[in-house]
Amino acid sequence: MSNVRVLVGTRKGAFVLTADAKREKWEVNGPFFGGWEIYHMKGSPADPNRIYASQSSGWFGQVVQRSNDGGKTWEPAGNQFAYDGDAGTHQWYDGTPHPWEFKRAWHFEPSLDDPDTVYAGVEDAAIFRSSDAGQTWSELPGLRRHGSGPNWQPGAGGMCLHTILLDPVNRERIYIAISAAGAFRSDDGGGTWKPINRGLRSQYIPDPEAEVGHCVHHMAMHPSRPDVLFMQKHWDVMRSDDAGENWREISGNLPTDFGFVIDVHAHEPETVYVVPIQSDSEHYPPDGRLRVYRSRTGGNEWQALENGLPQQDCYVNVLRDAMAVDKLDSCGIYFGTTGGQVYASSDGGDNWKAIVRDLPPVLSVEVQTLP
Amino acid sequence: MIRVILPHHLRTLAGSPAEVEIAVPPPATIGSLLTSLEERYPPLRGTIRDQQTLIRRPFVRFFACGEDLSHEPAATPLPQAVVSGKEPFLVVGAIAGG
Repeated sequence: MSNVRVLVGTRKGAFVLTADAKREKWEVNGPFFGGWEIYHMKGSPADPNRIYASQSSGWFGQVVQRSNDGGKTWEPAGNQFAYDGDAGTHQWYDGTPHPWEFKRAWHFEPSLDDPDTVYAGVEDAAIFRSSDAGQTWSELPGLRRHGSGPNWQPGAGGMCLHTILLDPVNRERIYIAISAAGAFRSDDGGGTWKPINRGLRSQYIPDPEAEVGHCVHHMAMHPSRPDVLFMQKHWDVMRSDDAGENWREISGNLPTDFGFVIDVHAHEPETVYVVPIQSDSEHYPPDGRLRVYRSRTGGNEWQALENGLPQQDCYVNVLRDAMAVDKLDSCGIYFGTTGGQVYASSDGGDNWKAIVRDLPPVLSVEVQTLP
Repeated sequence: MIRVILPHHLRTLAGSPAEVEIAVPPPATIGSLLTSLEERYPPLRGTIRDQQTLIRRPFVRFFACGEDLSHEPAATPLPQAVVSGKEPFLVVGAIAGG
């Protein structure tokens, strides 16, 4: 019988939640690395027992943790993220040049084939790769050295590279997204990169349709259709059908198109989930009602999902890496909140329940579907 | 042996007791003590000082013998009372909320 393992990163440690395929009774293990910020944890598709965790602290910097037994035990790996050559400058919030400085790893994306190969998206924005299970890290400098680099600017959360999507068909293709630079694609395994932001429109930059400068919050892809991308931008939910060459808005009837998370159903490539948030100044759900919105038409037509979610006095946020789906026949959807709840639906979003509700603020949620 | 007292988060990371004893070849300086500490406990690399520049992380402080040594150069000799093991060298996380 299959099992599900949910990896939860929080402001004060990591938690591992497990259940059988019914997903009714959950075991909560943790905190691991208590008191440290765990921006992200993710397991290897090639070996689910291999999990990488990004552990960081404003005091003591970045630590990389690695587990070889599905999160039961952990060991520190390498934590030296050195930019290649002269790091140069990007723009600060006021547009002045600011030196590129490593702050933390926001996202680990293990290789689809090799448990020892893993990509890291970091702040200040860059992508690194390790081929020795996280012991050593090398930057893929073609991204940061893209000619637009000096014009990249931080979003409110910092200038972070937060999304890494590996194309399961074209193994040389990688998508990434940066707040606030936009989306980029490599077609040569990370050597060279091009911005893919045509069709995005952002009123908060001098040229709303600029090649870079867009605050992309998250992107998602269904593995069966890697040329179709979904994006939650700062404002606007977007879709591309040509590997990011062109984007069109699919916000449709959403109550607000600001938000952070976006994800795709495991078995229905046109079924997409978002959690609308009031505005860029008010990071909580509209009307104090926590609702997931589901589109079964690939966007534009959205249905509010609220059964089991708080429908009054709820003012939590759902951060960009805090939604994931499992691969069981009845697809499970999971998300974590800044209020410390992790909600799950085992029926594609029709009904929800909190599988744990008093954790520290949740930064990330990933799911492993185990045989 | 030089006695070093680590803050809670670095103890858990290093898997060490609160106070560790570190052998440091003479002349013992702030920098050579940190190098020996990191060799004894590799997970501490990068958590007290930057791995490339060896500059102290901004929210980390060094105290010993009632003095704040945080801003002393790395080549500064350690106080004799620290070298002799009479007094500990304290690595402290700055009081800064969180």
